[in-house]
Amino acid sequence: MSVKLTASALAIAVVTATSAAAREQVQVAGSSTVLPYASIVAEAFGENFDFPTPVVESGGSSAGLKRFCEGVGENTIDIANASRKIKDSEIKACAENGVTDIIEVRIGYDGIVFASDINGNGFEFSPSDWFLALSDKILVDGALADNPNTTWADVNPAFPAQPIQAFIPGTKHGTREVFEDKVILAGCEETGAFDALKAANGGDKKAAEKACIGLRTDGVSVDIDGDYTETLARIESNKDGIGVFGLAFYENNTDKLQVATMSGVVPSTESIATGEYPVSRPLFFYVKKAHIGVIPGLKEYAEFFVADEVAGPDGPLAEYGLVSDPELEKTQAAVADEAVMGSNM
Amino acid sequence: MSDATTPKGELQSSIHHMSARTKRRNAAERRFRAYGIAAIAIGLLMLVTLVYAILSKGAGAFSQSFVTMQVELQEAKLDKKGNRNIEEIKKVTTFGYAPLIKDAFEKVVGDRGIETDLKSKEMAALLSKSAASQLREYVIANPEKIGETIEFRFLANSRIDGYLKGRVTRESIANDKNVNAEQLDFADQLINAGILEKTFNIDFIIGADASDQRPEAAGIGVAMMGSLFMMLTVLALSLPIGVAASIYLEEFAPKNWITDVIEVNISNLAAVPSIVFGILGLAVFINYMHLPQSAPLVGGLVLTLMTLPTIIISTRASLKAVPPSIRDAALGVGASRMQSVFHHVLPLAAPGILTGTIIGLAQALGETAPLLLIGMIGFIASNMPQTIGEGLLSPNSAMPAQIYEWAKRADPAFYERAWGGIIILLIFLVSMNTLAVILRRRFERRW
Repeated sequence: MSVKLTASALAIAVVTATSAAAREQVQVAGSSTVLPYASIVAEAFGENFDFPTPVVESGGSSAGLKRFCEGVGENTIDIANASRKIKDSEIKACAENGVTDIIEVRIGYDGIVFASDINGNGFEFSPSDWFLALSDKILVDGALADNPNTTWADVNPAFPAQPIQAFIPGTKHGTREVFEDKVILAGCEETGAFDALKAANGGDKKAAEKACIGLRTDGVSVDIDGDYTETLARIESNKDGIGVFGLAFYENNTDKLQVATMSGVVPSTESIATGEYPVSRPLFFYVKKAHIGVIPGLKEYAEFFVADEVAGPDGPLAEYGLVSDPELEKTQAAVADEAVMGSNM
Repeated sequence: MSDATTPKGELQSSIHHMSARTKRRNAAERRFRAYGIAAIAIGLLMLVTLVYAILSKGAGAFSQSFVTMQVELQEAKLDKKGNRNIEEIKKVTTFGYAPLIKDAFEKVVGDRGIETDLKSKEMAALLSKSAASQLREYVIANPEKIGETIEFRFLANSRIDGYLKGRVTRESIANDKNVNAEQLDFADQLINAGILEKTFNIDFIIGADASDQRPEAAGIGVAMMGSLFMMLTVLALSLPIGVAASIYLEEFAPKNWITDVIEVNISNLAAVPSIVFGILGLAVFINYMHLPQSAPLVGGLVLTLMTLPTIIISTRASLKAVPPSIRDAALGVGASRMQSVFHHVLPLAAPGILTGTIIGLAQALGETAPLLLIGMIGFIASNMPQTIGEGLLSPNSAMPAQIYEWAKRADPAFYERAWGGIIILLIFLVSMNTLAVILRRRFERRW
């Protein structure tokens, strides 16, 4: 009897609730790099406004944008977080599903750092060191050859003879792209391998770039598909390991990790903001304009996110590790005007 | 052989003397027993290690450091016009409350004669970021208190809390930009003054998740409600469906190849990895039926699919265990088949069915994989549901998903909470399994 009652009560609850319209809270999904920042904002938003706390899901930039582009309506997310710019193919997929007016909001910059075990050797890297350590083909005596380096001393005589063991983000991460572009490709050009590869590919620049970022597959470089916590665990069990982390993650784990400099610059929010530290990338979120006015609090959330007191240089996001955007004012104006992508092109 | 009377090569048994073969067989048995004891010992050792690891790492989550201090709710900052208009008071955001906390620290230092070189901003940094919102909430609920000085109990931030728990030491903070040695000195003085202390933290059990900046404020309560609503859905759906299906299959269905195929498939379904049900749930319940994302209802539906085979199999087993003579007797005195099932067989099988259901629920409670796919990972469990409908449909997380989420976050304080969450989850699982055992012991009849 009671089972019958609960079952029917449940059925009624489901029917009434699904027919009852209007989702109350903003729904966000996407990049796990943006997740901490978005959750800090969501929490403060819930405290300071009469709207419920927005829900922020993780899952990765690509997964978030895919869901963002599924269509317009209460059952789709309102905001996609991304640690990279939206691709043309994604804008097209969005348009096919009726998601045409997208507001792009750049929230600031994220630094990518190289860190190793706190008790191990310290390193002062340059991009060419990483290229020589991890690329599958490098220049040996002026000719392209399979990468023969096994220790950091082989790469750069200034380094200790520590075996090369790198834990880098897997290909599904937005961080990987930045690592390839700003470190490996830069190193490729520095060492002259780029020109050799370009010549080998008949002068095709694209093919040479692609060849540059090909990494060795002999176990020296390990792709981490999980989060930074996994990279940290790998380094804790293999003291020779050097991992790629987000600046904020490193700053929360300074008792276990020591950070390496890149081209002589120590990564910090300051050195990234000035552009001295080379390995950084912008972080974004994308708002579905069609949902503004339908989902309560959506525009307020977007405006709150980029407000000076939140995303500014003294705000909680900067405190957590976000490098605040020097052009934040422009972004604020764009959000206030609901300026969609493509309108200013 | 010591026994000279036994002719060589001849098989002879005596109750006084053990033959070589008997000795070998006995030795084999002794060895087997030793293996068995060793196996159990290894199992126990692993259990003890596991329990020790969980308790030692997770116990910290149940206590938290608090700072008790007087805060003056300055009218000049909170209600400039002095008209106590709630809408105007609400305009002051949590950022506007930070100066109040700084001033309160200045006052504490002055009153208690604490010597420190810290600036008030650095002192205020000892507190959790939740302190300002705690103040704001209080002021909005009690606007008439503006102008008075009220005693508040604030959470200390995760680094200071870690210092009291021994996780953070003066060595470990050498490169930490979130806390410095002077702040730890100041914390020591606050401890001596009785202002900073570590006590039991009920908010961990009943509270909501918190953002990455304030791990000290995070609790598992909302995720627990998510799990509760999921389990209600599972119970309300899988018990009637499972029991009805098994009664029909066991008591009414003709035995032919169709029922055989169904039976084999139910057993197969029980062995399907749970992530498969997650993908199915995403495709059917969310993408096709348009049920809301991250809703405990969807989680419950997915887990129902997972739990059904378990319940059907255990229900059929307990129906089978009821002797046919009981059915025959009922039919013999004129009961219909349905009456014989519902009046006689089902009550006798009920303890077994309940046991199976509880074990199925316990399994579903600890399941994480399907929840990853229906959007229960992230910063989700932030609003406590107010009604049943909201509990089922508004986005929420579940206990195992919350634990997974905490284990991923950067601040080491979240790691401690992940272990604390495991303790709570284990308490639920152990008590559910104990209940199942008790039910079986007390009510199950054997023939």
